[in-house]
Amino acid sequence: MSLFPTSAPHAHAPDSVPRLMGLVLLAVAPATLYGIVLFGWPALNLFLVTILACLLCEAVCLRLAGHAVRPFLLDGSALLTGVLLALSLPPWAPWWIGAVGGFFAIVIGKQVFGGIGQNIFNPAMLARVALLVSFPVEMTLWLEPRPLFSSHAPGFLESLTITFGGIPDIDAVSGATILGHIRTELGMARELGQILPGHYQAGTAALGWTGGSLGETADLLVLLGGLWLLWRRVMTWHVPVALLATVLVLAGGFNWLNPERFASPAVHLLSGGLMLGAFFIATDPVTSPTTKLGQLIFGAGCGALVYIIRTWGGYPEGVAFAVVLMNAATPLIDHYVRPRIYGRTWRGQSRPVPERAKRPPVGSGEAE
Amino acid sequence: MIAAVLSLTLLGLALGWVLGLAARYLRVENNPLHEEIQQLLPGVNCGQCGYPGCGGAAEALAASKAPVTLCPPGGPTLVRALAAKLGVAVDRASNSGPPLLAQVNEATCIGCAHCGGRCPTDAIIGAPKQIHGVIQDACIGCGLCVEVCPTECLQLRPVTPVLKNWHWPKPTLSFGV
Amino acid sequence: MKLFDFWGGVHPAGQKHLSAEQAIQVLPMPSRLHVPLQQHTGRPAVPAVKVGQTVRKGQLLGREQGGVSASVHAPTSGMIVAIGDFTAPHVSGLPLPTITLESDGEDHWLEREPPSDPFALEPEDVAARIGEAGIVGMGGANFPAAVKLSKARQAKVHTLAVNGAECEPYMTCDDRLMRERAEHIVDGIRLMLHALQAPNAVIAIEDNKPEAVASMKAACQPERHIRVVVVPSRYPAGSAKQLIQILTGLETPAGGRGTDTGVLVHNVGTAYAVHRALRQAHPLISRIITVTGGAVARPQNLEAPIGALVEDLLAFCGGAMEATSRLLMGGPMMGQPLPGTRVPIVKGTNGILALTAAEARLEATPSPCIRCGRCVEACPMGLMPLEMSKRARHDDLDGAEAFGLIDCISCGSCAYVCPSHIPLVQYFEYARGALEARQRAEQKVKETRRLLEQHQARLARVERAKAEAAARRQAEKRQAKAKVGAAA
Repeated sequence: MSLFPTSAPHAHAPDSVPRLMGLVLLAVAPATLYGIVLFGWPALNLFLVTILACLLCEAVCLRLAGHAVRPFLLDGSALLTGVLLALSLPPWAPWWIGAVGGFFAIVIGKQVFGGIGQNIFNPAMLARVALLVSFPVEMTLWLEPRPLFSSHAPGFLESLTITFGGIPDIDAVSGATILGHIRTELGMARELGQILPGHYQAGTAALGWTGGSLGETADLLVLLGGLWLLWRRVMTWHVPVALLATVLVLAGGFNWLNPERFASPAVHLLSGGLMLGAFFIATDPVTSPTTKLGQLIFGAGCGALVYIIRTWGGYPEGVAFAVVLMNAATPLIDHYVRPRIYGRTWRGQSRPVPERAKRPPVGSGEAE
Repeated sequence: MIAAVLSLTLLGLALGWVLGLAARYLRVENNPLHEEIQQLLPGVNCGQCGYPGCGGAAEALAASKAPVTLCPPGGPTLVRALAAKLGVAVDRASNSGPPLLAQVNEATCIGCAHCGGRCPTDAIIGAPKQIHGVIQDACIGCGLCVEVCPTECLQLRPVTPVLKNWHWPKPTLSFGV
Repeated sequence: MKLFDFWGGVHPAGQKHLSAEQAIQVLPMPSRLHVPLQQHTGRPAVPAVKVGQTVRKGQLLGREQGGVSASVHAPTSGMIVAIGDFTAPHVSGLPLPTITLESDGEDHWLEREPPSDPFALEPEDVAARIGEAGIVGMGGANFPAAVKLSKARQAKVHTLAVNGAECEPYMTCDDRLMRERAEHIVDGIRLMLHALQAPNAVIAIEDNKPEAVASMKAACQPERHIRVVVVPSRYPAGSAKQLIQILTGLETPAGGRGTDTGVLVHNVGTAYAVHRALRQAHPLISRIITVTGGAVARPQNLEAPIGALVEDLLAFCGGAMEATSRLLMGGPMMGQPLPGTRVPIVKGTNGILALTAAEARLEATPSPCIRCGRCVEACPMGLMPLEMSKRARHDDLDGAEAFGLIDCISCGSCAYVCPSHIPLVQYFEYARGALEARQRAEQKVKETRRLLEQHQARLARVERAKAEAAARRQAEKRQAKAKVGAAA
C-alpha cells in the first residue's frame, strides 16, 4: 500500500496494538500461572488447547477472507481472546469444550463481523455464554483446587486422560462454587448465616483457594494485574471502577437491608470472576464505548446486571451475560454520549461568549 | 381451532379491503418520474449522453435504462442528485477524472465563428475572423463546439490542477494481501 | 495569574536540544531569491515590478490587492530576472506565481524614514504601516497582521496574547528570538498595543523554555501592563484557540473569531517584525528559521531572507544526509512534506525538518481501528476522530461533517496516539477537500443554469428584435404601396 507522501503528523507515540495486547497478556499472566498451578496438569492442557484453537481458527479465517495472515495473527488479539476464554472455563473441562469455545469465539464472535475492531460482542464472553447454554453439565463441573505436584493431583499422563477422555470419577472431584452453593442453599430456604461458614472465608477466597474457573479464583493477582495496567495507561479507570463500585453499592445496600438473604459485598467482589471481568473483560476497547462518560455508564450497567443476575436471575454467576448484554448497548451509548465540541453548545450550535466573561485576564496593575 | 382459522381469515380479508380503499382514495399524485428527472438535468441538449436531448435522457433514466453517470456537464453533483432520486447506489468514490473543459488552440483557429453559435452558455468569445477563446468559468464541457470546429482547434482537456483546488487524496489502506 | 486547562493534548518528545542552544546565525545572501506572490491567507499580491528592473532591498515587489491581502518586498538589492511560475513550498509541487530576483551582492537598502515617534501616530496609521511592511502572522495561518489588528481594535479587545509557546517539537526559532532579542519583541508589543488601543498584553511561554522566560521577564520588567505567563508544556498549547482557553477559560465560538473573547493572539515573531517595521522602516523580508532533524549535519537557527531556497539553508547547515526520509516545512506534528529542496521559504516558514526513518517511525503500517478512544481523549477540540475518519473512509462526507469535521484544527494529536497508526489527519484533510470540491461543483451547476437562461434570453431577444424589424419593414412596404396607390 502506498502512503507516501503522507500528511502530518510525522511523529508517533510508541503505542501500537501488539504492544497493548502484550501488556495485557503480561498483566494476566500471574493469575493464569496461579490458576494452572492450583488446578494441575489438566488445567494446563485445557489452556493450551483453547489457545491453539483460537490461533488456528484466526489463521484459517484470515486466509479465507483474503487478508494478510501474519500481521493479524501476531498482533496478540486472538491469543488474548484464547487466554481470557480459557480462564473462564471449568479447569478440568474436556478438550472439546476449549476447542469449540475457541472456534465460536474467533469465528462467530470476531471474524464473521469483519475481523478485529468490527465485532459487537466480546468474543471470549460470547463463546462462554454459548458453551454454557449448549453444554451446561460440562460447564458447571467445578472442583476444589488440586495443586500441581500435590498428593491428590493427577500426574501428567493421567491429566491427558482427564482432558481427552473425561474425568474418571466425577462425583469424587466435583464441588460447587461459592455462588452456586449459595444459590442452591438459598433455594432450599436456608439462610446465609448457616450457608457460608465452612464454605467461604474471605481470606482463602481472596487467595483463590476455592472452586471456580481456571483464572477467576486468584482475585488478588487479577487486581494487581489490573492496577498495573492502569498505571501503564493501557486502559483508564472508568470501566473497572464503575463496575466494581456499582456491585459494591448494590450488594452493600441489599445486604444491609437483609443480611441473611443477600450476600455481602466481599462475597460478590471475591467470587465468580468479577475481578477478571472488571479489569480484563469489560475493558475490551472494541466492545466498550469510546468516551469516558460512556465507559462509566457501561461499567455501571455491567455491575448492575451482574448483581441482578446473580441475585434474582437463573444462573448463579452473571459476568459473561452482563458483559454481553452491555456490549449490545454500546452502539447506543456511543451514539448518544458524545463530548461537547470546543466553541459549541451541547446541541452543536455556536456557543457565544457571555458578556460578563469578557473581563481582562490580567488584573489592572497586578505585578507579576 | 375452526374459530381460530375463521377469525384470522376474516381479519386478513378485512384489513386487505381497508388497504385497497386507502390505495384508491388516499393516493398521492406524483409527477411522472421522468419530468422530475428532467428538472435535474442541465437542459443543454448537447447529446453527449447518446440520447435525443435531455428529455430523452430523462426518459431513459426513469426507465432505468441509463446509468446515472451519463451526463458529463452535470458533473458529480448531478450524479449524486440522480442517485438519490432513483435510489441507485453509486460508488461514492468514483471520480471519472477531473472535469473536461474546452480550450482553443490559437495557432489553428481561423475565426470561422461556428463554435460561438453552438455554445449553450455563451462561453466562447471572439468576433468573426478573430481568434476565439473559451471563458473557462462558463464552459461546462458539453462538447458541442468541438463537433462543429472545422480545424479541430477546439479540444476538451482536463482542467489543470491549481494550488487553490488541490487537496489531500484519501489514504489508500488495504488490510488485505 | 490564574490559568485554565485546555482539553486533550499530547506530549511528543521535544527534541529541542538539537538546536535550542544554537544562537541565531545570519544566512549569507543566496545569489537568487524566489519570492512567491502569495505567502498569506487572502488574495495574492500583484507584481509591482517588471522583468529587467533593478530594485533596492526592501522595495515593493508585489502590491496587496483587496481587503485581505499582503505585499511582498525585495529581500536584497538586485535585478528582477523572472515573474512567473515556480514550485510552491507545498506537498503537491504545483506552481505559484513567483518573482525571481538575482542579487547584485550590494545589499542596498531602499531609503525610508521611520516615524520619529510611532506612539504619536494614530492607531490606524500604525496598522497601515504594518500592512505596508507586508507583515503577516508568523505563527500559523499567515493572516495579514494589519487587517487582524484593525478588526481587533474595532472589536475592542482588551488583551494582546503574545504567543511564545512554540509547542511543536524540534522548533526553537521563537525560543532563540525571545532569548536574544527580547527588548525588540517587547517594543513591538507596545507598538501593537497602541495600534489595538488595548490596555494589556500577556506573553505566554511554555515551561520548557526557562531561559526565554527569564529573558522576556527582564525585558518587560518596567511595564506593568505587559507580563510573562508560563504555561504548561503540552501540545498544542500554542494553538490560538487553546491558548485563549488557557489564559481565560473561554472558548472561541465556532465560526467566530478569537477576538470575540476579548483576546487577540499574535506570534512573538510578528511582534518582532512590527518593531522592525516601525522603528527602522524595514518591511518583512527575513525571518528566523530552525533547520533541524536527525538527518541534518549541523542543526541550528538561521535568520534567512524570504525567497531563499530550502537547499540554500540545508547547505549552510552541512547538508541533509542521505538518511532523510521526510523533508518537512514546519514541525513534525503539522509540518508539510516538501516536494524537494528547490522550493522557497516564505513568511510562514518556522522550520525545515529533515527526519530520519527512525525519527519518523515510517515502519508502522496502519491496522484497523480498535475503538480504544485514545483519539477522543487526545483531541483538544472535543471531536471524535475515530467516527470522522470512518465516515471519511466511506466517503460519507455529510456524516463526517455532522461529527464536527469543520471544527478540526488538524493538530495531529489524534493520529499521534492512535495505536493502529491510522492516518487520521489525512482522512480529515481529504474529506474537507472533497467537501470543498463538492461545493464548487454545486456552484458550477447553479452557474450553468444561470448561463443557460441568459443564453436563452439572449436568443429570445434576438428573435424578438428580428420579428419586430420584419414587422416594421412590412408596415413600411404597405405604407409605401398605399402611397403609390393613392398617388396613382
